[in-house]
This record gives sequence, C-alpha cells and structure tokens, in this order.
Amino acid sequence: MSQTRTETESASSEPNLLPEGWEMVIGLEVHAELATQTKMFSPARNQFGGDPNTNVHPVCLGLPGTLPVVNEKAVEHSIRIGLALNCTVQRCIWARKNYFYPDMPKDYQISQYDKPLNVDGWLDLPGGSRVGIERAHMEEDTGKSTHVGVSGRIHDAGYSLVDYNRAGVPLIEIVTRPEIRGPEQAKEYVEELRSILVTIGASDGKMEEGSLRVDANVSVRPTGADELRTRCEVKNVNSLRSLGRAIIYEARRHVDLYEAGDSPRQETRHWDEEAGRSRPGRSKEEAEDYRYFADPDLVPIDPSAEWIAEIAASIPALPKERRDALIGKGASAEAAAMAVGRQLDALALAAIEAGADADRVLTHVANNLAVDGAQNLDAGHLAELVKMETDGALTATQAKQVLAEMVETGSAPGAVAAAHGFEAMDTGELETLVDQLIADSPEEWERFVAGDDKARHKMQGFFTGQIMKATKGQADGKAVNQLLNQRASR
Amino acid sequence: MPEPREPLTTDDVAKVANLAMLDLSDDELVTFTSQLDAVLDLAGELNQFDVAEVAPTAHPFGLTNVFRPDEPEPDDIADAIREEALAAGPEVEDHQYRVPPALGEAL
Amino acid sequence: MNQRFATATNIVAEVSSGARSAVDVVDEHLARIATDDGEIHAFNTVTADAARARAAEIDELVASGSEPGPLAGVPIALKDNMCTRGVRTTCSSKILEEWVPPYNATVVERLAEAGAVVVGKTNLDEFAMGSSTENSAFGPTRNPLDTGRVPGGSSGGSAAAVAAGFASLSLGSDTGGSIRQPAALCGLVGVKPTYGAVSRYGLIAFASSLDQIGPFAHTVGDAALIYDVLAGHDPRDSTSIVQPQASVLTDLGAPIDGLRVGVVKELSGQGNEAFEPAVVQAAADAAEALASAGAKVEDVSIPSAVAGLSAYYMIAPAEASSNLARYDGVRYGLRHDGPNTAAMMRASRTAGFGDEVKRRIMLGTYALSAGYYDAFYGKAQRIRTLMIQEFDEIYQNYDVLLSPTSPCVAFEFGAKADPLTMYYNDVCTIPSNLTGHPAISVPFGLGQAGLPIGVQILGPMLSEPRLFQVAAALEEVAPR
Repeated sequence: MSQTRTETESASSEPNLLPEGWEMVIGLEVHAELATQTKMFSPARNQFGGDPNTNVHPVCLGLPGTLPVVNEKAVEHSIRIGLALNCTVQRCIWARKNYFYPDMPKDYQISQYDKPLNVDGWLDLPGGSRVGIERAHMEEDTGKSTHVGVSGRIHDAGYSLVDYNRAGVPLIEIVTRPEIRGPEQAKEYVEELRSILVTIGASDGKMEEGSLRVDANVSVRPTGADELRTRCEVKNVNSLRSLGRAIIYEARRHVDLYEAGDSPRQETRHWDEEAGRSRPGRSKEEAEDYRYFADPDLVPIDPSAEWIAEIAASIPALPKERRDALIGKGASAEAAAMAVGRQLDALALAAIEAGADADRVLTHVANNLAVDGAQNLDAGHLAELVKMETDGALTATQAKQVLAEMVETGSAPGAVAAAHGFEAMDTGELETLVDQLIADSPEEWERFVAGDDKARHKMQGFFTGQIMKATKGQADGKAVNQLLNQRASR
Repeated sequence: MPEPREPLTTDDVAKVANLAMLDLSDDELVTFTSQLDAVLDLAGELNQFDVAEVAPTAHPFGLTNVFRPDEPEPDDIADAIREEALAAGPEVEDHQYRVPPALGEAL
Repeated sequence: MNQRFATATNIVAEVSSGARSAVDVVDEHLARIATDDGEIHAFNTVTADAARARAAEIDELVASGSEPGPLAGVPIALKDNMCTRGVRTTCSSKILEEWVPPYNATVVERLAEAGAVVVGKTNLDEFAMGSSTENSAFGPTRNPLDTGRVPGGSSGGSAAAVAAGFASLSLGSDTGGSIRQPAALCGLVGVKPTYGAVSRYGLIAFASSLDQIGPFAHTVGDAALIYDVLAGHDPRDSTSIVQPQASVLTDLGAPIDGLRVGVVKELSGQGNEAFEPAVVQAAADAAEALASAGAKVEDVSIPSAVAGLSAYYMIAPAEASSNLARYDGVRYGLRHDGPNTAAMMRASRTAGFGDEVKRRIMLGTYALSAGYYDAFYGKAQRIRTLMIQEFDEIYQNYDVLLSPTSPCVAFEFGAKADPLTMYYNDVCTIPSNLTGHPAISVPFGLGQAGLPIGVQILGPMLSEPRLFQVAAALEEVAPR
C-alpha cells in the first residue's frame, strides 16, 4: 500500500538537515496530564489555573503524616493510553524518586521505575513510519515557582513564590525508543500522540497550558551506524515549532563538537526559544542520584484481565483506524488526515457511504465547513448536496452557498437550492448562450482559438465570466469550459 | 561469601550529607564516619544468608489494587484545611510559599 | 505497682453509668500532671482546657441518656507524632517545634468518637528514632518507677504518662519496638498490631513499612478495650487491611489448654551476655507458667531472626531518609534562611535535626545510593521475605511464640551513649516489625533494682484475639 513506508524510507524523506554523513537519533519523552477530577494521590481538584494554592489538600502539600491513595480513574486512563499505544499492560509498582526541589512538596516524586504499568508498544504515524514505545508510566506533577525579582532573571537576587496547585496532578510519561530520525517525524509523532490522547479522553493535550510537555533526547551518529552516542535531554520545548528547532539545533551542536574532535557530555539542556539555542542545565554526573526505591506507602497495581478488557472495549476508533476508513473509500492520505484532524471524518465517511463522490465530500470537509456546527450536519443531506453537484444540478459556488445555509438551518439541500432559485441550466440552453457569445465576440474568440496557452487561459476567463454574468452565476463553469473547448476544436 | 567491605571514608559521608542536604562540621564528619561505618559492619551479618532467589518484600501481606474514587473533597472542608495549612508556612506571600531565589534548575 | 491507678475499664463503667463525672476523672489526672510532670516530662503539650471541655461534653451525653462510647471519659495521652488539628505536633524535633497540623490522624478521630478525652501530646525520641527518649530535642522523659532511669523509647513519654497516672491509656508508635520496649521498662502492657490493622494516616512517618500505632495500658483488658476502637480499615491509608478484624475482647479470659507455644531460641537471650540474666529467667518462667496453665510449650528455631537487627538498620533508615526529606523549610516547620533555596534548605535541616536523626538519614541515603542499593537495602528487603517465610512456617505448628521484650530492665541515663549499644535494645522486638506480625509485651517478674521485666508474645498476621487471650493468661499468673 502506498501509505505504508518503512522506517528508513521515512527517515530519508526528511530534508537533509545535518552535514553529509551524519544522522539524528531522537527519543521523545512526553508528559501528559490526565483528565481527572482530582489529583493522582489526593482529593484536591485537578484544575488548570485558579488562584495560587487553592487546589491543594494536606496530601498533595506533603504535610507530615499524610498518605497517598491512588486515583482509580487515573489508572484507568493510563491503561487506556497503554492499550492505544499497543503496550503490554502489566503488574506495576510505585517508586520514589528522591531529590530536593521546592516545587515538590515531599522532596521526592512518586513515579514508576523498574516496573512501570505499560511497556513495549508502538505508534504508527500517518506518514507510514512506526515509532517504538519503550514505556508509559504514571507519576505525579510538581508545583510551580514564580521568580520575583528586579530583572526577572533566574540568577538575580529577589525570591520565588511557590504555588502547589499543579503538585500531584496525575501524569503519564510516554517514552519512545530512540527511533525518531528527524524533526518532522518528531512533530508528526507528537501530533499523532496528542490526537490519540484527546480521542480516548485521557488528556486534553493542550501544549499551551502545559498539559502536554515534550522533552527530546537527542544524539547523532554516522549515517547507517548502529551505535547510540551520548545524548542530551532538551527540556522546556513548549510548542511543536520549538520541538523542531530544538532538535535541529541540538543535533548540529553535536555534529560540530564531533567534527571539532570533541564530544558532547550527557546533560539536561534547556531550550531558549527566543535565542534559538539550548543551554546546559544540571549535569547528569553531578548530584543526580535519585535513590529510587519502592514506595512503602503504596501497594502494587495488578490490573485483572477483565479490567483491561473492559477498558479496551471502551476505547473509541483511533485516528489511524479512522484515517484508514476514509482512505479505503478513496480518500488521499492528506485529505483523510485533514478530516480526522478536524473531527469531521465520521460525517465524511457517512456521506461517501451514502454514495457521494469522495473528492467532493472531502473538499467540502476541508474548505467549506467550520468545525463548530458542522458536527450537526446530517450526512445524508451532505451526500444529496454532493450528488446534486456532480449531476450538474448545482455549481461549485452554489453548492458552497447551499452548504452554509444547511449548516445554519438544518434544511435539506434540495429545499435550500429551490428557495434560491438555483436550478440546473439545461445543456441546450447553455449551448445557445455560448454560441451567441462566440458570435458576438469574434476577436476574443480568435485569440482563444489561435493564442498560446497564456492567451487561451485569459480568454477562457473572459468567456466564462460573460456566461456567468448572463446567467447570474447559475451556469456550471466546468460545463462552459467543455463547450468552449469543443467549439474551438471543431 | 562476598569480599570484605571497604571502610567508609569521610569523603563518602560528605557525599551522602550533600545528597541529604545536611551540613557537617569537620569534627562531625569524623564522628559520623566512624559511627556509620560501625552500623555498616552490622549489616555484614546479612551476608550469612543466601537470598539470591528470594524476592524483596513490598508489602508484608501482598495487598494490591488499593484505589480511591475520583471525587473531590467537599469545597468547604477543603477551604478550611487549606487556610490552616497555609497559616503554618514559614513565609507566605500572596497565598504562596516564599523561598529564596533558586540557583540553577535543581539543587 | 499499677494498682494505685484506676483502670480504663473501671473509668468507662463509672462514667457511662453516671457514678462519676468525666470532668472529675480528667481533673484528677490533670492534677497529677500539674504536680509531677515537671519532673517526669512525659508531655510536650498538655491540652488541659480542651480535655475539660471534652469531658464536660461526655458528661452531657451521659446525662442526656446518649451512648457515650466505649472509651467514655478515659483520659488518653498521644505520642507527639500523631497529628492533632489545632494542637502542635512536634515529633520532639526542633524542625516541627511550632507546627500545628490542619487535620487529625485517623486514630485521633476514632478515639474522639469513642468518647476518649485527650489530655496531651507526649515526648519521644526525635522522629521516634531511639530506645530511651533521650533523643528528644526537648529533653528526656524520666521513668516514673525510678526517675534516674529512662522509660525506654521511642514512645517513652506515652509509657511514662500511663505509668505515672497522667493518663489511663496512651498511644505510641512501634517501628522496631518503640511501644513494647518502653511498656516493658515501665511495667505496662504494650501492643504492636499487625501491620495495616491500625491506620497510619496522620502518624508522622519514620519508616512507613514498619510503623504501627498501638496502645499502652495498665492491664491486658484495658489494652483490649482501646484496641477494638483503634483497629479497622481506613480508606486514607493504602496499606490498611481491608478485611474485617475480630474483636480482641471476645476470647479474653478463655483458657489456653492445648495452645501450642514456641520459645524462639534466637531471641531467648540464652547464653547471650548482652541480656540481663533476670530477663532471660523471666521469659523462661513465663513459658513454664503457660505450660502449667495447659499450653504445650516447645523450643523453636528461626535462623533468620538473628539478621533482624541488621536488616532493620538498613530498611528503617532508608525509608526515613526519604520520609524526612520534606522538612526543608519551605512549607512548614523551622526555617533558617540562606542566600538561595538550597542553602536555606541545608541551613534549616542542619539546625532542625538532632544527631541521631542525621545519622539515620545519612545511613539511609547511603543504603539507597547508586552502587550500594543491592548490597544493603535490596539485600535487607530479601532477608525480610526470608524471615516472613520462616515465621509463617513455624506458625503452621505453633499458635504463638514467646521471647523477652527487651534484653534489660530500665537503664540509667547516658548508659547507652554508643549508637550500636542502643540499637541492640531492639533485638527481640524488631522481627515482628519486619514480618508485619503482631506482638504484645506483658509485665512478667522483676529484674535489677526491682524494676519490671516484659515478655513478648508473637503471633501470625491478624492473630490479635489469640495474643490478647495469651497475654491475659500470662497477666493472671505473673508474679506480683
């Protein structure tokens, strides 16, 4: 099939962004906040925004004596994500990741370490490549500090204010294998993942609100090599655009170092979007000893086969399946992706299945329908409209106008068209009009018949325009062109 | 039997104190080093037992799947508790905990 | 020696029947606190006004004919590591000296519902780390039986409060023996419940997988009375046992004919010079007494029990190093400022923690750090599994096991200044924390200087009804 490509083909389809002989090796870590009412371990609300320290509770403030209890809904969402990413869902335990940080109320983060919930999955991208998923584990989010100081820079004097509204919000961290080969594939992966998370209702996927955050592990190697070289983790990538830029910057930095006889050191770096560069954070060698151990306040999660099956049954059709359904009906990969991206694929599919022309349906879905409101459009009506169009009963312009009114009023296309007096012009009538016009405009006709492509094109515009004017737009432009060409070739 | 353990050094203890965010004087460093070393000797007794095939204990009775429903605490209770919790903060400004400036991203 | 104070069972009977007012009971106890606690220092905080107000409420309930609860009017002291809303909870540490929790521990709510009257918060070894209460940042507690000696620890204040007649019952927490050892040293009954039988919500953690709350009482009957109030599932504690727990009052006083009792060789102190001879003898006498009462008594061996102390001193500090990370000066407790956040955290922790706490935090940090995890913490958790297996196997053939509670009677202040010598105090009590099994210490006989000795009864998971039954039988035949 044309839309399935192998990974290497996909990689080579990326424009060559590195000097000859080098390739990128990228792994992504995506943190997504789960769509729950309450936090991972505490009954405080999981809510974006709000006044500082209003969505807090003794448990998520880490007050002495408090204990965590797992939010069942967060686990359910996490299993749903694991299944959507083709992972094995397994018995898992909670681990404490120990480090001091004022945003983290207990000075350890409850996460999963050697026994995560979801392992060994994959995600097929619209472009045809497949990205391996190493793991998707649950953890809790940290709070947020705001620096208050004269210059607003992090290194000046002044102080910070800590808000724990976000502390303890349930997160899933989805880690790919280092199989991504360029910024375009990385962006495609994040977009597809985001679309899945939204489709299954596990996360709102809003990058701008920080509910979806991406860290990129970047390294480079000689093209075609098997080795994995030293990688740097680039954080603070807040948009897809930043993700692409950060990856290119970081990979080029590595190549420059290698080509200068040096090598990068393993570290966490921060992307500075304004400056267009990454800067070193803390070094991995220094003081990073997280002392993971099983959290003694929590017990293992051992999801039963029944529970997993129940969750699996609740998963709606995923974006890939939905795209494939349209492609199976003759849609191009791009048009299918567009329809699914706009959440109008079900409408389009139903209209096509009702007998409407796929291209015309997808053109309307892509260009002539706003996402809001179009959800309520009746697929049967859309199919009728497209049929009227392909039968020549309506011109493209008329169809667009009728469609807009259908969305507004919910009326059937026939009724709308009749109300506007849009009636298909009889072919004989149109022929008479065209022949009359040719007779009335001999000079223009001569230029149409004898001129070069450019002149012919220009004159075609003239004749079509005149006919449209004469018919108040009711003529079908395509039919006019056909008649003109027919007359010219006689 | 595993080989004998290397004695703990003051460097080891200084590193551990750093991880634990504790400052030690030079005298304390020496005293703690010898005391901690003695406890690690005690831990040598563990080597009498071959437990390579034994799984570590997570919970003594093997509890699993303990969950809480996804329901928020009633707002009135939450509000009262929150105000009392904030009142206990060493330095609170605009309903937030005030701390000195950070140095670097993590500590 | 404890007969000079009314039992909780008697207080409940009198208060519930209206024969005596709860206010009168609490006033009597508060008066003793006022007179004697200056010397004993059982309390960090005395809640006299709240106690009187609560007692008056109980009296009103009784007067109105309402059910005042199974602990109606009983003055109770709480170890100062259990959160009490509006009443400071210090862990006897400078780092929490002024901290006032915004919530109550589950046990505190259960006691309140049962009609108990909390008279105050008791002293402990800082963060429950110690066996003498000498590690309190606010000064040691004295043993009411001999004020030149320690009450044991870490729940020394709670033990002393009951022994001195300041409260009729008290709560302690037991991570490695911190209820049973001070109970033994103060001549009281002390209970370490099955792990998960009593909620830990609101107990300020030392070592989460080992900590359990339990009572101190003058008698086994009093301990049973409060135990039934404390035990039960709590949805706020993920490690809380879900299944229903049987009342421990039911089998109290039932004969022990045919009961199978094992005397644990490794914990008996036989031939061990670290044990006081009178203690070893008392445990042997207790076994003999049970046999006379119809039990079948035999020696048993649990080889891994000798590894208990070393496994414990890896696991407990490791968990503590993580549990105590949150004391960083940001959200509550002591703050010493610094030029940046890290410096502030260091200064606060350095000033706020005492030496023993620092020692254990560093030991635990080391045991968990990269390169040492398997050799220390990982190995200890495996030994723990081995120990559970060996004990479970023994319990196939024995109903309960017997050993001394502590190697010695109450010792003098400063007698065990070396950390390792102090740690050795817990050698008999630690195994049940590691296995999660329950244990009760009961006074049995006297040792050096006429001070009380405790013997410990151990049983399998949720065997509390049986343990209380045997403890009551032992109490019955104990030399007086």
